[in-house]
Amino acid sequence: MSGHSTYEPKTGFERWLDVRLPIIRMAKDTAIDFPTPKNLNYWWTFGGILAVCLVIQIVTGVVLAMHYVANSAMAFNSVEHIMRDVNHGWMIRYIHANGASMFFLAVYMHILRGMYYGSYKAPREVLWLLGCVIYLLMMATGFMGYVLPWGQMSYYGAVVITNLFSAFDKVIPGVGTAITTWLWGGFAVDNATLNRFFSLHFLLPFMIAGVVGLHIWALHVPGNNNPVGVEVKSKEDTVPFHPYYTVKDGFAILVFLLLFSWFVFFAPEAMGHADNQVPANPLATPTHIVPEWYFLPFYAILRAVPDKLFGVLGMFGAIAMLFALPWLDTSKVKSMRYRPTARWFFFLFVAATIGLGWCGGKLPDDVVLPVGRDAVTGEATGFTVVMLSQTLAIYYFAYFLVILPALGLFEKTLPVPENISTPVLPKGGAAMPSGAAASPEKKG
Amino acid sequence: MAETAKANPHETEGDDPSRRDFIHIAALATAGVGAVATAWPFIDQMNPSGDTLALASIEQDIAKVPAGQQLVVKWRGKPVFVRHRTPAEIAAAVKDDHADMRDPAADASRTKAGKQEWLIVIGVCTHLGCVPNFGTGDYGGWFCPCHGSVYDTSGRIRKGPAPLNLQLPDYEFTGPTKVKIG
Repeated sequence: MSGHSTYEPKTGFERWLDVRLPIIRMAKDTAIDFPTPKNLNYWWTFGGILAVCLVIQIVTGVVLAMHYVANSAMAFNSVEHIMRDVNHGWMIRYIHANGASMFFLAVYMHILRGMYYGSYKAPREVLWLLGCVIYLLMMATGFMGYVLPWGQMSYYGAVVITNLFSAFDKVIPGVGTAITTWLWGGFAVDNATLNRFFSLHFLLPFMIAGVVGLHIWALHVPGNNNPVGVEVKSKEDTVPFHPYYTVKDGFAILVFLLLFSWFVFFAPEAMGHADNQVPANPLATPTHIVPEWYFLPFYAILRAVPDKLFGVLGMFGAIAMLFALPWLDTSKVKSMRYRPTARWFFFLFVAATIGLGWCGGKLPDDVVLPVGRDAVTGEATGFTVVMLSQTLAIYYFAYFLVILPALGLFEKTLPVPENISTPVLPKGGAAMPSGAAASPEKKG
Repeated sequence: MAETAKANPHETEGDDPSRRDFIHIAALATAGVGAVATAWPFIDQMNPSGDTLALASIEQDIAKVPAGQQLVVKWRGKPVFVRHRTPAEIAAAVKDDHADMRDPAADASRTKAGKQEWLIVIGVCTHLGCVPNFGTGDYGGWFCPCHGSVYDTSGRIRKGPAPLNLQLPDYEFTGPTKVKIG
């Protein structure tokens, strides 16, 4: 799809520039003329939404860095300074803090869309892997950003996550401790830790932007997947990116920004924790420590395993599953529209992940289904959050390691249409009036 | 376009230039207003914040400044010269009130009535912002080491590249030897 450029420089300057730096050609080929499947639905708009999220986070973040002080004695007060004294500082900080949640919301939609429509399958494995790398970088960035306000939740979030690496003491004694000491720059989370987290929190978004560039490049080589999961066969299967998808993406971005604005202006602390309004205190941990909502499923997997080392491995393994997905799914059919069995396992997978997220926010010993009472204390006993987490975690891993590999061999799929146009038009793509779509830019 | 079915023969299929243009102009205008409204907070955040503005006035006891000396206090991040002038310095300044000057001003206009011995000026050279040195230069006022501007004992520019006299801050005496600057 890439390669055959339709750009013709019109002015003398464009011709002069085109043989020196064909930047206008690149912009036109990738963002205007790019042939895009004509059947993309709104699940395909999250790519554009994510680009907007990244820009918002970088712009607001650079502004916040102008006023924030990365010092354990001053960080908390500098955030209060931003909230109270800096002109519009409250709004810029709330955009940034809620922007992280919006970013993860959009990326989860984007990932699930890819999983449902088989967007990770050949020839898009590298595209998928680059997306997984972006997601990893996002998690590192989100975690370190959450540490910067230096409240109680910030501090103990940093303590818990960095201590995950101490689990490696069980593999080679001393190694885990050495890693955590190195991460902290001391014997506990302290000023040195805060400083390096600030530095890396500033750096990583630009690395994300770089990988996004590769991600888009890898997208534009095979072109978009689409809801039918059948590759583009002819020009009739596509429409130019502009105006069709600039307008569709633009509309979706506006709707998304409405939700975003609702959080920023009407519920800015809805996804925060009250304990983070208390300055970090290394001598006392708050009673209930939970990560941000977007990490809760992984946190639930961590707590579901009674062994420290295997809990940590389980948590990282859950993310590693995404990287391995293109080679775990053995089915030739991309879109789950034509995989009647797989789609139900997929919906169950989504439910299990949401359920894990719910478990991650609860106390491990909370009872989900009460079965009788404890004879001594009189408290309800039965099916606890940990047991539910274990059940859901087993399904999470089984989906990747058992169900998807096996389904490809045993599932009876529905007939896949010949091309993109067949399911849309009764007579197929050839019957489509050529004038309507071929020159939409006439009045551009 | 010929074979495209016409559901409504009166419809001009969006070819009406005025309707299409109106939509474009309206959409771009709305987006433009939105862009400006969004940009403003990101520009304004670099202006002085509330706590910076709150430090805009200070009070200073100047009783201990001996005649012929100056006290330098920091106000809004800049030095303010509080100069306790001798009668000779005041006389020299008044004598030159009608001399040929770049930025003419009477000495009386640069002090508070009845407090001629106290000259309070912002200690920033009006050329390019350096801090002039006390008691040096041809007129016994200040001499700026950066580019050689010479100020007299009234803080008026007499020689060198600076265009204006040393600026006067807003101030008032809240007691015989107490002054509130800003």
